[in-house]
Amino acid sequence: MTLALIILRSLRQHALSTLVTALSIALAGGLLMSVWAVKEQSQAVFTHMNSGFDAVLGARGSKLQLVLNAIFHLEASPGNISAADYEFIKRHPAVKRAIPIAVGDNLRGYRIVGTIPELFTDVEYAAGKKFSLSAGRLFDPAEKEAVIGSFVAQELGLGVGDTFHPFHGLIYDERDQHAETYHVTGVLAASNTPIDKVIWIPLHGLQTMSGHDPRAATDVSAVLVQLRSPAAGFMLDLMYNKQGDRLTFAYPIAAIMAGLFQKISWFDQVLSLIAYLVALVSAAGVLVAIYNSMAARRRDIAILRALGAHRRTVCSAIVLEAAAIGALGMIAAFAVYAGIFTIVAAVIRAQTGVMLEPFAYNRVMLWAPLGMIALCALSGLLPAWKAYRTDIAGNLAPLS
Amino acid sequence: MNPSPTTPLLQISDLKKSFVSPEGDRKAIVDVPEFSLAAGQQLALRGESGSGKTTFLHLIAGILTADAGSIRIGDRDMAALGEPARDRLRASVIGYVFQTFNLLQGYSCLENVLLGMAFGGKTDRAHAITLLTRVGLADRSRHYPRQLSTGQQQRVAVARALAKGPKLVLADEPTGNLDRRNARAALALIRKTCHEHGAALLLVSHDPETLGAFEDVRDFANINLAMQEAVS
Repeated sequence: MTLALIILRSLRQHALSTLVTALSIALAGGLLMSVWAVKEQSQAVFTHMNSGFDAVLGARGSKLQLVLNAIFHLEASPGNISAADYEFIKRHPAVKRAIPIAVGDNLRGYRIVGTIPELFTDVEYAAGKKFSLSAGRLFDPAEKEAVIGSFVAQELGLGVGDTFHPFHGLIYDERDQHAETYHVTGVLAASNTPIDKVIWIPLHGLQTMSGHDPRAATDVSAVLVQLRSPAAGFMLDLMYNKQGDRLTFAYPIAAIMAGLFQKISWFDQVLSLIAYLVALVSAAGVLVAIYNSMAARRRDIAILRALGAHRRTVCSAIVLEAAAIGALGMIAAFAVYAGIFTIVAAVIRAQTGVMLEPFAYNRVMLWAPLGMIALCALSGLLPAWKAYRTDIAGNLAPLS
Repeated sequence: MNPSPTTPLLQISDLKKSFVSPEGDRKAIVDVPEFSLAAGQQLALRGESGSGKTTFLHLIAGILTADAGSIRIGDRDMAALGEPARDRLRASVIGYVFQTFNLLQGYSCLENVLLGMAFGGKTDRAHAITLLTRVGLADRSRHYPRQLSTGQQQRVAVARALAKGPKLVLADEPTGNLDRRNARAALALIRKTCHEHGAALLLVSHDPETLGAFEDVRDFANINLAMQEAVS
């Protein structure tokens, strides 16, 4: 009780320094936690994100490019594959389902992708979850109709009944407008997958868009594949990638995405290192703040000792005060974390359609506060040593 | 409250303390062959500043360690104890009133009084309030020292010194920073409360009026041989 009183009064007596140091701990702790949580969560989400498919079949090229283009709608397509190739894999006995997509147009930067309605009616994009409409109905494959992702609907302010002209290419250029007019017939419910930031139209519509090469009118950009078994994946991998030289079979998707994260892992390490350094600097701030106030505290320490307090009591009070600053800071750090995470999640959502969950539990929310409080307590040791050595008789001197 | 002359509360023998001066030579400050104080006794020591009286009180309180000799308080020898034991003994039996009050500025009057008993045992809020009431500061318990007059501050310090129910109160120039009227009141308060609590009082001062209030007054120069040598 007495110890708690001493710590509380000391925190209050040095209120400004308490506030500033706790704030620096909050910023550092918030940064540390958000770097960690964003890193781990995005890695987990992106490597497990496959919109319900096991593999992608596309033109000869990079598997990563295929996955980024067909699953994440981020990269350009490496090229087209013929209708015959699509028909072949669709009928292959190892393949459960094959959904073709065609890319190449956009609406104000949001991709227009052609596909077949089965993507929305048959595919489970996650265990037990199928795409559903929040408004309207699916497009008719024979009409100039579109179903739009929830994010696009929200960002472009489009809804059922609206019309638009597609633009050519993946990058928006207002001079490249196509003549066709599409009607929005439905808006997809949010799935927090890249599907949300795409405008979906019938496959045939994209293939035959005015200005597209009529010789390629039956080609598709890629085929999204669901397999009957993992063994089938390795068999097709062998067939397309090792024995064939026209097409690329990207499988397994998770391993390909994990490979991407591995390639940029140095970036994670740099970020983590920066976060660690910021944490260290903020803990050093606690040390300096308390250490610099030791001259002013000497008299109080001497008085407490004269009243009968042990050396170890006045030392513990300093160490615990430093830890308390750490604890106060880390409570506020959760607000900083929520702020940083929300902004980062909004950016990731806008870029990829993937929604991160700011309040999902991550181990960092346990070890960062504990580590930070321990680090602060550690930084209290030096001033505590000074408190330990405070001479009682010499510091019971007159007030002013 | 009936002091027994056969078993003194405080019994000092052959107490020695010296310091190393800035010039590097050792200088004796305290050399007390014999000194005793009975339980409940009130004694004033007359001593000029620099006579080693503060060091003498610090030694008794165990704030400083003696070079040699013994300081028996009850059945314990303060000079023979290790530091934690000295802290405990000081916390439980010795109250200290300083010339500069030495109140903790960040703590309310009540908290200052509570800290006076905190290290010796349990804190008793009701008792602390009773003490503040007795020194006439019942309505100031939530005030901070800086909000009080110097006379009131010294009254808080007196309440704090008595909070633990000490057997011995040491007062070092307790009226030195007070005007005449407050000095008289503070002294009367210290003597009265010590008497009421059955605590012995050992007061050092150079102020004739303060000393004049005591029946027992001794010259510290006659007790501390170190200063006699220095003078001669």
